[in-house]
Amino acid sequence: MNVEIVTSDLLNVATLVIMGITGLAIARIRNLFAVVMLSGIYSLMGATLYVILDAVDVAFTEAAVGAGASTVLMIGTLALTSDREKATPNARAIKGLFVCTLIFAALVYGSIDMPLYGDPSAPVHNHVAPRYLGESMGEIGLPNVVTSVLASYRGYDTMGETFVIFTAAVGVLTLIGRARRKKGGKDGGSGS
Amino acid sequence: MMMRRKMVLRVVSKLLIPFILLFALYVQWHGDFGPGGGFQAGVIFAAAFMLYGLIYGLGTLREALPSWVTRLVLSLGVLLYAGVGVVCLLLGGNFLDYDVLAHDPLHGQHYGIILVEFGVGLTVFAGIITIFCAFAGRAAADVNPHDPEETARAGDD
Repeated sequence: MNVEIVTSDLLNVATLVIMGITGLAIARIRNLFAVVMLSGIYSLMGATLYVILDAVDVAFTEAAVGAGASTVLMIGTLALTSDREKATPNARAIKGLFVCTLIFAALVYGSIDMPLYGDPSAPVHNHVAPRYLGESMGEIGLPNVVTSVLASYRGYDTMGETFVIFTAAVGVLTLIGRARRKKGGKDGGSGS
Repeated sequence: MMMRRKMVLRVVSKLLIPFILLFALYVQWHGDFGPGGGFQAGVIFAAAFMLYGLIYGLGTLREALPSWVTRLVLSLGVLLYAGVGVVCLLLGGNFLDYDVLAHDPLHGQHYGIILVEFGVGLTVFAGIITIFCAFAGRAAADVNPHDPEETARAGDD
């Protein structure tokens, strides 16, 4: 039992340290191709963290979308733009550092009030979660409570999310889907 | 495109793609018993086609999966989801209250969830393919401006 706790702590720390290093590297590196690859690694480590937290469904999504699909889309975007980041003037970098520090401090201040991880008296464990866990087997009858919540109790929200994806695809189609079909020497001849 | 001559990539991807598709179907239909569901299944299914498009070129992908198919599937998914809700309304329940879909409320819930998850899977799959093809088509047009055939096919979405 004790050994198990230590192992999971070690895993947590190792994952978070790798995520921190990856984040710093993303901020420092100017070659955007490397940045895209690093952000894929960041997502993969995020997925690992979700697995450690027993949120397998979320980990699944993060690995498929964050590390898989969005990496390919980012590379597609790099092919359209440039794979080198422009250097930022120092004055602007200092302003950015100031804003980031401010937001970081605000986030840390906000997280002081949050209940500890795994605290059984935390509000999230005493609101609707006990009902979902206790009665979804009798009301919905599925072993995976996540699916019951997602598709039935919160079916309305999931429908909204599906419409968001639909809208995103339609938006991309409208903006760049049909561009440059009638291609000549000129640049402006988009065919929509 | 540029990877047309990479023998290893072509052979390995050809071996992998059927298993990726099969795994996506497993995730889709077993989302109620294990981790997964429509969203994850849609992304994995789309990943198989994205791999195909990356290795064999966008034109080949569009021959296998024309743009009218993805556009149709994109809207079919949301229609299926909302349609299940409307059927619940017509059967006398609330919107998306699957209890009324069958005599036994538990069966009704099960049918409703499977249909709704399938709708999510369809829309996510088609949405990701659509976005991928739009970006890649634009890139192909930039990289290869003197090949109007490829550009026209690639940009056709």
